[in-house]
Amino acid sequence: MKAAEFGYLRPGRMEEALQALAAGEGAAMPLAGGQSLMPMMNFRVAMPETLVDLAALAELRGIHDAGERVVIGAMTRWSELMASGLIAAEVPLLARALPEIAHPAIRNRGTIGGSVALADPAAEVPAVLLALAGVVVLRSLAGERRVAAGDFFLGHYETARAADELIVALEVPKARGLRHGFHEIGRRHGDFALAGAALAVAVEGARVMEARIALFGVADRALRATGAEAALRGAVLGDGTALDRAVAALAEIDFAGDIHASAPMRRHLAGVALRRAWAEGVA
Amino acid sequence: MTGMARLTCRVNGEEVRAEVPVRRNLLDFLRNDLGLTGSHAGCEHGVCGACTILVDGVTVRGCLMLAVQAEGAEVVTVEGLAESGRSAALAAAFTARNALQCGFCTPGMIASALEYIDGGGGPDRAAIRAHLSGNYCRCTGYQAVVDAVCDVIGGAAK
Amino acid sequence: MTGPATIFDRPNRYIGTAEPRADAARLLQGRGRFVDDIQLPRMVHAAFLRSPHAHARIVSLDVAAARAMPGVAAVWTGAEMAAHVTPWVGVLTHLAGLRSPPQPALAVDVVRWQGEPVAMVVAATRAEAEDAVERIEADYDPLPAAVRMEEALSPDAPVIHPEFGSNLAWERRVETGDMAAAMAQPGVTVVERTFRFGRHTGVTLEPRATVMDYDPAEDRLTMHYSGQAPHMMQVVLSRHLGLPEENIRVISNDVGGSFGIKIHTYGDEIAVGAAARLLRRPVKFVADRMESFMTDIHARDHVVTGRIGVHADGRIAGLEIDDLTGIGPFSMYPRTSAIECNQVLNLTGAPYRMEAYRARGRVVFQNKNMMCQYRAVGHPIAMAVADGLLDEAGRALGMDPVVIRQRNLIADDAYPTTSASGMKLDDLSHQKTLAKLVEVMGYEALRADQAAARARGVHRGIGILSMVEVTNPSPMFYGIGGAPIASQDGATVRLDAGGALHISSSVTEQGQGTNAILAQIAAGVFGVDIGRVKVTTGDTATVPYGGGTWASRGAGIGGEAMLLAAHALKEQVLEVAGVMLQAGVESLDIRAGKIVDEATGAERMGLADLARTVYYRGNELPADLKPELVATRHYRVSDMPFVFTNGAMGAYVEVDTDTGFTKVLGFWAVEDCGRVINPMLVDEQVRGGVVQGIGGALYEECLYDDQGQLLNTTMADYLVPMAAEMPDIVVAHVETPTKTSILGAKGAGEAGTGGAPGAILNAVNDALAPLGASVWQMPITPERVLRALGVVAD
Repeated sequence: MKAAEFGYLRPGRMEEALQALAAGEGAAMPLAGGQSLMPMMNFRVAMPETLVDLAALAELRGIHDAGERVVIGAMTRWSELMASGLIAAEVPLLARALPEIAHPAIRNRGTIGGSVALADPAAEVPAVLLALAGVVVLRSLAGERRVAAGDFFLGHYETARAADELIVALEVPKARGLRHGFHEIGRRHGDFALAGAALAVAVEGARVMEARIALFGVADRALRATGAEAALRGAVLGDGTALDRAVAALAEIDFAGDIHASAPMRRHLAGVALRRAWAEGVA
Repeated sequence: MTGMARLTCRVNGEEVRAEVPVRRNLLDFLRNDLGLTGSHAGCEHGVCGACTILVDGVTVRGCLMLAVQAEGAEVVTVEGLAESGRSAALAAAFTARNALQCGFCTPGMIASALEYIDGGGGPDRAAIRAHLSGNYCRCTGYQAVVDAVCDVIGGAAK
Repeated sequence: MTGPATIFDRPNRYIGTAEPRADAARLLQGRGRFVDDIQLPRMVHAAFLRSPHAHARIVSLDVAAARAMPGVAAVWTGAEMAAHVTPWVGVLTHLAGLRSPPQPALAVDVVRWQGEPVAMVVAATRAEAEDAVERIEADYDPLPAAVRMEEALSPDAPVIHPEFGSNLAWERRVETGDMAAAMAQPGVTVVERTFRFGRHTGVTLEPRATVMDYDPAEDRLTMHYSGQAPHMMQVVLSRHLGLPEENIRVISNDVGGSFGIKIHTYGDEIAVGAAARLLRRPVKFVADRMESFMTDIHARDHVVTGRIGVHADGRIAGLEIDDLTGIGPFSMYPRTSAIECNQVLNLTGAPYRMEAYRARGRVVFQNKNMMCQYRAVGHPIAMAVADGLLDEAGRALGMDPVVIRQRNLIADDAYPTTSASGMKLDDLSHQKTLAKLVEVMGYEALRADQAAARARGVHRGIGILSMVEVTNPSPMFYGIGGAPIASQDGATVRLDAGGALHISSSVTEQGQGTNAILAQIAAGVFGVDIGRVKVTTGDTATVPYGGGTWASRGAGIGGEAMLLAAHALKEQVLEVAGVMLQAGVESLDIRAGKIVDEATGAERMGLADLARTVYYRGNELPADLKPELVATRHYRVSDMPFVFTNGAMGAYVEVDTDTGFTKVLGFWAVEDCGRVINPMLVDEQVRGGVVQGIGGALYEECLYDDQGQLLNTTMADYLVPMAAEMPDIVVAHVETPTKTSILGAKGAGEAGTGGAPGAILNAVNDALAPLGASVWQMPITPERVLRALGVVAD
């Protein structure tokens, strides 16, 4: 189980990295934390011609307070996010999700940009970005563009990132006044989710003004449960029937089955995750 | 840059200069190029934890890092932890509790346990189990490992 | 048996104490000596092309491009390798009727399971070998596959070996008593259930690994072996590579877990031996994790329909089982793949009295990876079936699980006796063990907690299981059937000039602490400080001949041989001391490395003084004294086919009826493994065994699709128990030494794995019972629970 041959570049400047990706014409892959890419290369499932190691690009690191938003460099590692007071204070939903990601040694290397780029349907952070209406910042030789998380995750390991683009940062609006809930159902500690829910809910008085509900581990990608969101909009907190309607509305989702859980099982667990996330952070 | 690459790093306190195939992972480099066979290849896809080592002070999977990514890094393996005495208390506790059987997972287990202890982790059995859950052990049933970590922390287990 | 009966309470006793393992320090410092750590001059590395199909004809194999790849030393197809390795047949004569065709090291013409080796590449590095494997052009013509064992015997199933006419490998029946009459008695309640046990595998953390080193000058092959039975491998290599046995040396140093996985003949490993011989240079093969999942033997994979009839007072009238198991396309060599089924038939219901017992077992070929003996062979099936049925019967009668077991367990004073299946049983303690379990788990308090939880809508359950375990097997296990597998083991103890003991044994160390307990026995019986005992195991060139470590035999058989050897050497040394000291032998003893006066303990002479006189200054000794400072003894179990142990296990679980998740809140194991040599090592063996059992009960399953493709070949997809989900496990002992040896030790290594699955199953069903649901399939996955509850449906 050894990786096939590849070329390796560690550019010191962003320009070089973008040139390398453009020159690779799809056969060059960015190497971020490597915690998913390396296993795929060891299995020879991924066989890039060239790896463009982003480690030397200092501008991709770090967490910045940008007023209404928090900007997270794509190469920021999970462990750095977990240690960040800014994340804990301003992006509590992300802070809540981080300990659920894999194991310490993986979190010491794995990066948020790498996870978003891979778009594993069972990964936590794509759902968190959906619930928080985050933005993916992409750059190529042609310039920079900002893609809403809702437009970024397109399908099974498929995103809006072009092969010559790098994710340079994630932008997340500060959580001002939102309630958050998160629940993940996995077989073992650190396993990918059988189902999970990330919620960001605006409440005024006892009334739900807006609920953003993102599910992960249940379909081909992390996705918003729009029917459930509609069912909860305007509901009074503590009104169990609204939550029941929201869970029933999950039926609209195209649930995916695999060896770990069938589609009907995932449909059921998505409802459980939604209820538990709601109970944890909203109700 | 294809094929081979130059690598300069520090391993267990010694400077290492080497020419390595870029596709060689850090684990294979340590084991086969440097003869540091204490870190073990259990799965080569980052799940079992038997290759867990310290890079720049934090635990990483040796199989999920290319050797060339260690450029300029400070790498410490179980051999280094033993030589420097950093793992002495854990080793004594592992022995006293029989927290190892075949010993294949042990070097990774030591690295992860050390990170927990040095990070100020308390004698909370559930927290220790959670922290070590990325390190498979197929022999002990884990209990003795948790006991040993608690012993080193020194408090009564919750 | 006569012997040094006082060895257990001598001044320098070590037997029964929690001595730490001397070899732990090495492993803790990263100085282990595992096979993959070996680097030899000119060594090359093997990788294999493996079949992507469950069943296919090999139309063509073009290896020309692979041979031209950088670093490649050689490439062999299966047909080419067949010229150098003779095929083997995995049958034994005492398993009457078992059939299996000759199996080549690498597939020839037809592939019969996904993962079967098809061609071998040897190159300068493993990476280059894999590069070349990718360049082999293989063309297959897929054949219909017999995948599901339930369909393997149907008339329209593809027959894997046409010469046999069907996929039946073996069938056995057992019948005692009159089943029809027993079940037809008035007042007998009959309960029937079908149990399914998923395939799982050992997942040794160190994968299978082999270095073969051939020396043409001496025509000698050295195998560095990650395995359990060096002498068996010596014979296997000799037979199939055509070398004299004595020209083969098998060395087993540190072994990173084995659990029965590493005791079989794997074609890829034998081919490595042939390659080393042909290339005249060392060849290493280390299975990667994907290869491990696809080719390490799998185990379990049984469907058992069981029927129990009980009287109104809970006594068993009759127990009947029908076991079907799928073993892959061949019976594994040389132990065969029929043993697990055989064990199921022998062991089901063995703790209990009953009026009638009837069992049928069928072993079928299928196009999946091969199935063979993995830790606790057959026990998890036998115990879960009998105790699952007993609990169901108890529920039908409204009888507590403890009570119904008390009504049926063979009484502690009833031995020797015979089980319903005809097994000779002696020195067991089911009643005492169950009583102790009830005490240590706080059974009544748990029942109260369960009721309180139920009132809160939390569903908890208690599972109880009584069990036997086969340990210390006699020649009746394998040797009788023609297998080159020793049931006896040898031990050598040598007093060196410095007064230290060098001991060696034919049992091997895979982490159980075998070396440690051998040292304890030798030090205690002979009379030196344990720090002065050096242990050698796992080398056919230096250790006495014997079977190795499997079937929970290391301590009981290897330990007894060591006891006998240490005692013999002591007598030899005291004879010399008696002459040197002009004292009667019976007035002397050896304690803490010194010859002492038996009565007063006063020192008469240091052992080193004695040894140096013998070795260096023999001129000081009488000419007619012929000192022998080395002794070797062998031991086999001769009075019984097996030495059974018994145990009782308890599980307390909570089932989340929303998610279907089962959390193990507590687990208790009470073991009677006879004399406990090292309680710390035994307890952790039991705990590790329990965790593997919990793995089988809740997590682990090799999943195949209808085409015979294994779907989970990564550690992320095959779920091994991790620390966070496992409970602390309470271990307690009842000690009933076996009368078959002086040491009195029985095996302990497999009990947890054998008993835990049934205990967990019973606990889950105890939790689900008030909801009108039950689960009879392992692993008990969340989805299976929710489907049983009717919460999830297609």
